[in-house]
Amino acid sequence: MKRRAIRSEPLFFERNPRRVQRQGYMLPALDVPEVEPTEVLPPELVREPDPDFPDISEMEVVQHFHRLSQLNYAVDEGLYPLGSCTMKYNPRLNEVTARYPGLAGIHPLQPESQVQGALRLIWELEEALKTITGMPGVTLQPAAGAHGELTGILMIRKALEARGDVRQVVLVPDSAHGTNPATAVFAGYRAVEIPSGHDGTVDLEALDRMMDETVAAVMLTVPNTLGLFEHRITEISKLVHDRGGFVYMDGANFNSFVGRALPGLMGADAMHINLHKTFSTPHGGGGPGAGPVTVSEALIPHLPVPRVTRDGDTFSLLWDDPKSIGPMRGFYGNFLILVRALTYIQSLGADGLRAMSDVAVLYANLVRHRLKGAYHLKYDAPSMHEVVFDDSVQTRHEVHNTDIAKRLLDYGFHPPTMSFPLIVHGALMIEPAESVDPEEVEAFCDAMLAIARECETDPNLVKSAPHDTPVKRVDEVRAARNLKVRWVPEESP
Amino acid sequence: MHPWIGAGDEDRRRILAELGLDSIDELFSSIPAEVCVDRLPMDDGRAENAVRSELQSMALANLSPECVPSFLGAGVYRHVSPSVVDSVLSRAEFFTSYTPYQPEISQGTLQVIFEFQTLMTRLTELEVANASLYDGATALVEAVLFSHRVLRGKRNTAVVAETIHPMYRQVLNTYADSAGIEVVTVPPGPDGRLDPDRVREAAEEPCCVAVQSPNFLGIVEDLPGLAKATQASGALAVQVVTEAASLGLLAGGGRFGFDVVCGEAQSFGVAPGFGGPHLGFFACSEKHIRQMPGRLVGESVDEEGSRAFCLTLSTREQHIRRAKATSNICTNQGLMALAATVWLESIGGHGLRRLAMSCLARTEELKRRIVEIGAPWQLAYPTSPTFNEFLLVGPGTGPELVERLANEGVLAGVPSALWDGSWPDGIVTAVTECNSAEDLDAFVCALKRVS
Repeated sequence: MKRRAIRSEPLFFERNPRRVQRQGYMLPALDVPEVEPTEVLPPELVREPDPDFPDISEMEVVQHFHRLSQLNYAVDEGLYPLGSCTMKYNPRLNEVTARYPGLAGIHPLQPESQVQGALRLIWELEEALKTITGMPGVTLQPAAGAHGELTGILMIRKALEARGDVRQVVLVPDSAHGTNPATAVFAGYRAVEIPSGHDGTVDLEALDRMMDETVAAVMLTVPNTLGLFEHRITEISKLVHDRGGFVYMDGANFNSFVGRALPGLMGADAMHINLHKTFSTPHGGGGPGAGPVTVSEALIPHLPVPRVTRDGDTFSLLWDDPKSIGPMRGFYGNFLILVRALTYIQSLGADGLRAMSDVAVLYANLVRHRLKGAYHLKYDAPSMHEVVFDDSVQTRHEVHNTDIAKRLLDYGFHPPTMSFPLIVHGALMIEPAESVDPEEVEAFCDAMLAIARECETDPNLVKSAPHDTPVKRVDEVRAARNLKVRWVPEESP
Repeated sequence: MHPWIGAGDEDRRRILAELGLDSIDELFSSIPAEVCVDRLPMDDGRAENAVRSELQSMALANLSPECVPSFLGAGVYRHVSPSVVDSVLSRAEFFTSYTPYQPEISQGTLQVIFEFQTLMTRLTELEVANASLYDGATALVEAVLFSHRVLRGKRNTAVVAETIHPMYRQVLNTYADSAGIEVVTVPPGPDGRLDPDRVREAAEEPCCVAVQSPNFLGIVEDLPGLAKATQASGALAVQVVTEAASLGLLAGGGRFGFDVVCGEAQSFGVAPGFGGPHLGFFACSEKHIRQMPGRLVGESVDEEGSRAFCLTLSTREQHIRRAKATSNICTNQGLMALAATVWLESIGGHGLRRLAMSCLARTEELKRRIVEIGAPWQLAYPTSPTFNEFLLVGPGTGPELVERLANEGVLAGVPSALWDGSWPDGIVTAVTECNSAEDLDAFVCALKRVS
């Protein structure tokens, strides 16, 4: 018997339309005398009437979310080849350890003597990340990659201020992810673009011209968003350092060379690591992630507080340090994400981490090899963990990258990344990640090749895709023009 | 080959052959030799049981507040956690999916966020709420920067109540400098509450006045008076909430004219987790929606006219606007917003009211019994209205008292002197619906023994 396909689900607010009393959860019995709120609180501050949303039974809640879940694509369903986002397998062991009551249940302001295990866990992950990057300092505070970028740039700003050197500019390659320039501006700098050379990496001569005493830092993604390694990275770092600047490395693509090369040897002063990419913590439908930042000696004094310190077998928290940039967020980081990352690192170890990068790079090159010819490669150089095609062959049939993406949905795959790099028009940035089996990668290539043929034989089929998804193409323009960002009952204006 | 890597040795050889390569090393030839290493100086991979016991040993080295009567709050609260919440969070369709940029295959995540946004507008009594922010502290930062943008960068002072969680204020200081914003702090009056007149006099032309209610000391502020005082100066009024469960019983700031209500929604089904991940939220009035930070989901239709949701107003965001974005944020706390949505929909509207009433009743009961004990214990602000938290002073400094009460088997709260402020040195004690009458008895007994 075929299961009923779930295509839509009413909103929670449309449930229990008669607004009758049902109960989704039984609260602990009130075993103290009841209090009339207006007797102890200023009456004008008391909410009247009750919060206006329905009460529904437990099974109704479970069915609601079960049905909603069926409308999502997920890593467990198939290849999720979003370039730069690194949608790898989220190990179930991570989910087990992050739910240990001694980790999930502890309060961040318990006395230090009661949370020695948690402080040790933070310390152990710090040590592991220092080893893996070859960099001497680290903070685990940042909640995400972009938050890590900001943390790094604020440390650089602080280090420059400490030596009385005020600078105004951060240089960002034109291939960079959008968070890089946004971060620079957020930190009070002007973001200036460095052009890419003909081979897709940084144009060293242009950098040489632009790198002057106004430049605080150069932000580089290694390998870059084209999946190309900045092969002159040490020359770039030397140039920047010689002129008093700092090198910020965007570690979004770190998963391509773990265990093979060390950012510390490349001259990086700060690098964020997306634990939700390289170290397998789940993306959760858009967060929470974690973006620890490893730093060079020069930036260690400026790391955020609070910091974990160790004295023998005792761990403590250092809350104040005048040289620090201060705290970047509440408490010590997305701790339960850190637990997952440490679980992953300990499971894979030195040999597994290196093999992880090997297979990630191998798969990307397999995709490049199989799709080359059918799709255009603007930069035809060996790929690291991702490969960037464009739609210039298909646009001859008036089919664009977004159409190809939607058609992939019909074949049961998530589309590649298309919103950047901006220097490739109509980009299709593909990153298979190492955790899937090779047959899945091959099936994806077959689907891409089939779509390339469809673009020639039946372009309308591709342009009108998707045909087999819970909803058809969504009108995003209408959503922005006719804003409805919360549910309101039909009868109200 | 490790089980989390999809290709075995045979597979690797076969793919290399297809690529015309002899060795995998050739794929890394673009990395200069001087930055390469042969292997990392760390242990090789380990089996699942070994990793489990290593992590479990760290977990067991902590004292879990579930095991003893616990009254810890100060921004992180222990509330009921329906089994349904973690069951939904464990669904791979939710936790292994990406940001819903492809709406056709992400309606689950998108509708959850739309429901979350609606729930938060109802609780804050404002018109729009975003898909969440990192945490409460960064939500305060975003509210100040938002106010600065709304007033077109012409007003560079932010007035901030000293009784906003001190950690939030420290985080604000980290960001304010590079944003060119001066932060002016207003201390509370002798009753622990803010005086609207002092707020009015704090700065000439501030971009915002930010207050927390219930505040760091647990005290409920005069929101109508503070909103009026703020509006008189032309600044935006910002309410910070660290104990979101209070919104079950206390009106949202939107009702009194607050322009922004933001803060921390960890109380809604998110584990304390040693401080994260938690759930920042941000709600404001519709007229300022284009200056709002963070992701936003809107309702639309698909080609066949069926209701469908998608991310919207992304022209505010970094992946479109780059250097001109309202914020560099590239994430929300999606899974935590899911937790809050499942939690709120389980508890229900009337249920949330009952839950908040339970917090209030237990807090009042404990306060009454502390007053009964009398010296050397006393409430620092005995006549000020509180929701589920209060400042307790006794025979010693906060850290000493916390330690002595812990030796009596009670986690009594958080030392107020962890951060500098114009409040007495004592314990910030929080009481929730999870604290049974026996917990209150244990607390009272411990107080009697420590004197």
